[in-house]
Amino acid sequence: MPELEIRNVDKHYGETRAVSDVSLSVGSGQFIVLVGPSGCGKSTLLRCIAGLEEISSGDIVLDGKSIASLAPRDRNIAMVFQSYALYPYLTVYENIAFGLRARKTEEKTLDRTVKWAADLLHIRDYLSRYPRELSGGQRQRVAIGRAIVRDADLFLFDEPLSNLDAKLRDGMREEIKRLHRELGKTFIYVTHDQIEAMTLAERIVLLRDGVIEQQGAPLSLFERPANTFVAGFLGSPSMNFIRVRIENGETIALPDGQQVSARIDPDGIGLPNGAYVWGVRPEHFHPAEQGGDSIDAAFDVVQPTGSRTYGSFALGDAHVVAELDAHALDPSASQRFALGVALARTSFFDTETGKAVWNGAQAEQESGNNR
Amino acid sequence: MRRWDRGWRLAVRLACAIAVAVLFVFPIYWLAAISVKTPEEIFAYPPVWIPSGIQISSYITLFRDGDAWAVWNSLVTAGISTILAMAIGFIASYSIVRFRTGGDHLSIWIISQRMIPPICVAFPVFLLFVSLRIVDTYIGLIALYTAFNLPYVIWMMRGYIQEIPLELEQSALVDGLTRWAVLWKVVMPMARAGFFATAVFTFIFSWNDFLFALILTRSEVITYPVQVTGYFGSQSTFWSKIGAMSMLGVLPMMLVVGTMQRFIVRGISMGAVKG
Repeated sequence: MPELEIRNVDKHYGETRAVSDVSLSVGSGQFIVLVGPSGCGKSTLLRCIAGLEEISSGDIVLDGKSIASLAPRDRNIAMVFQSYALYPYLTVYENIAFGLRARKTEEKTLDRTVKWAADLLHIRDYLSRYPRELSGGQRQRVAIGRAIVRDADLFLFDEPLSNLDAKLRDGMREEIKRLHRELGKTFIYVTHDQIEAMTLAERIVLLRDGVIEQQGAPLSLFERPANTFVAGFLGSPSMNFIRVRIENGETIALPDGQQVSARIDPDGIGLPNGAYVWGVRPEHFHPAEQGGDSIDAAFDVVQPTGSRTYGSFALGDAHVVAELDAHALDPSASQRFALGVALARTSFFDTETGKAVWNGAQAEQESGNNR
Repeated sequence: MRRWDRGWRLAVRLACAIAVAVLFVFPIYWLAAISVKTPEEIFAYPPVWIPSGIQISSYITLFRDGDAWAVWNSLVTAGISTILAMAIGFIASYSIVRFRTGGDHLSIWIISQRMIPPICVAFPVFLLFVSLRIVDTYIGLIALYTAFNLPYVIWMMRGYIQEIPLELEQSALVDGLTRWAVLWKVVMPMARAGFFATAVFTFIFSWNDFLFALILTRSEVITYPVQVTGYFGSQSTFWSKIGAMSMLGVLPMMLVVGTMQRFIVRGISMGAVKG
């Protein structure tokens, strides 16, 4: 089965480096998501794999053979584009059949394959229509259909859902994941949306400025981010970063002078005294227990979402968001509230490099067990 | 009351439409009328609006004397040069748009060729054609019209091709098409309206050319505009022959524009949106 190997790939346009020294190996049948802010090089990398951009150095190996110098048509890769790239002058049927005709597929096989894809994507009724007569979601399905009829080694998706509205996006996400399971093919999917990355990927590859920041299973990236960038990128609302000092090995001094315990019974968290960036996700806060350690939070804005309520408050110069039960806060007024923190799930980062120095007690234990 | 109102408005609109149509069609009617009038009717004052009879003798003369060949010559030179200019120009403009052939300046230089007054080119070209021995040949005229129309074709097609989303072509490349196949199966259908509109205008330019045809032809491949002026003599002027010959020149044009109308309107409005 085909396996994709990206070896030290560089891509620069003149002086600008879009992708720097990226190495990545994708196992057969995997679902990989390349994610990052716009301009991070994720689409460029995808286009290099497809052969739409030439790589400046490095190699791309598919199924044991280098494909880096092959024309796109010789790579046996199928791709779904952000704009769907449907031919307006062809019917849905002909759009789906386009790649098969280009490869001189026998008419009977072609017809069967097109109808198989149309059934799979629930667009059987639209085969004789033209793209302009379809809704955005239906066009997206046609675009996917055009890719999956090809017996390709690799399927590339370039932000396929970003032109859809939020509701449709949720539905299509689920369908793409199901499709991947049914086809059993290798998917490489590019998005800037961390929710898409989290929900779809077997493995997330997080890029910034053309460099891989971290890769791994979605939950491991979420729970054990390598640095503040990864920690801040994944999760919504994003992680709070609070500049703190650890004192006496057992207290965390907050920027506004408050203190909370740095002990997870019975021990301290084991970090030397000094300044750190404390990464606390909104959901790591909870109402303080009676007599327990607490942060006195003065909420100024409260945003209920229905299932949960988000409240924001200031800790010195840090702006902090806490996620609480729907009815925990009064949305119409400023209020003080005693917050507890699930210390074992938070992270500490180096103030200079932003690298994680402590990623939660549970994680420590797990990795300890693995050792 | 209301219905009566609406009837009135319809009538006024209809009257206006008819007035405009008459204004536009009258010159052609007048030309057609001259071609079938008797010499007396042509010069009569007050003018004879409707000829008393249809004199087709001028047409018969044109065909009998072989003068009508001029229309055929025009068809051949304009037709073939249009096909050539469209084929070359289409590929050239694609290359300029997609591969940035010639950088930023090539397309400006190309269109600047169109700004040279034709008369400045005509005589040097004549000398060139003399030494190439292609004066008064199809090849000579076709080559000249092709060259002269290419800048226009490239410039127009460049605009139409720029509007084609790049992803359509890339998708086709990934799906297994060669670059040439992309040109034919994606770019061509996408730019079709613009392509035909440009072709029609290219044809019209060549069809209406008088200057080059006058200088570069003698007797063998005289085109219809040159032929028409031949009847405008210092001794006498054959008005009905001028009318008849001109009608023969107008008819193919009407046919072309009529059949291509759909594309012309869409092609022009495509360009207009882009501005």
